[in-house]
Amino acid sequence: MKYFALTDVTLDAEKLKHALRDPAAGGFVSFEGWVRNENEGRTVRRLEYEAYAAMAEKEGLRIVVEAIERFGLTAALCLHRVGSLGIGDMAVWVGASSPHRGEAFEACRFIIDQVKVRVPIWKKEHYVDGDSGWVNCERCAEHAHPHAHDHLSTDGNQHR
Amino acid sequence: MMKTLHIQYFALLREQAGMSEQQLHCEALTPAQLYEQLRAEHAFSLSPGQLRAVVNEEFVNWEHILNDGDRVVFIPPVAGG
Repeated sequence: MKYFALTDVTLDAEKLKHALRDPAAGGFVSFEGWVRNENEGRTVRRLEYEAYAAMAEKEGLRIVVEAIERFGLTAALCLHRVGSLGIGDMAVWVGASSPHRGEAFEACRFIIDQVKVRVPIWKKEHYVDGDSGWVNCERCAEHAHPHAHDHLSTDGNQHR
Repeated sequence: MMKTLHIQYFALLREQAGMSEQQLHCEALTPAQLYEQLRAEHAFSLSPGQLRAVVNEEFVNWEHILNDGDRVVFIPPVAGG
């Protein structure tokens, strides 16, 4: 199985978890990101995720490989949905197994945090009032800051 | 020197451009120059400081030299997870 993948079908947490089973693993931690009905004070009806697939899978793979090396994991996996999602749907699943629990907890946190800032995936929110907007793109255009060149680093780390 | 570039758009840039991709014959030397030209053409709201440039599926800096046939993507602020 690939370490990182985009998919347009419903994520099956039980099935994904089994992919991480290993005799050397003493602990398994997973994180599920769900679509929430509210963002920045607005009521959200549904979401659309769009990805630059080739780059997303490349960058996602780098993140999971980094996590495996950094935390000495037995295995790790991250799947991210694309397409239209409703409230409560699972948008992202991260799982890590390791000989001891600490590394699995830390690795899950690391992977989801890095995915959120490094992987070219975009989220369009559709609100109950009929309006819609790209998260991090619409309002930030109004207050772009002068030290924005932080975003231009070529090492793949957008924000710290 | 004139070159042909292939540009792909995603998310807000795709909507503002009204297209997913375009071929462009131009003299832009760098992603910085290219974005300036495209921003004028499509009235993009995002400033270069909010974007990252990708050429042939690698992140590059804004002064990277573009070559004929390059595939260029400007990455708007991401929001996965």
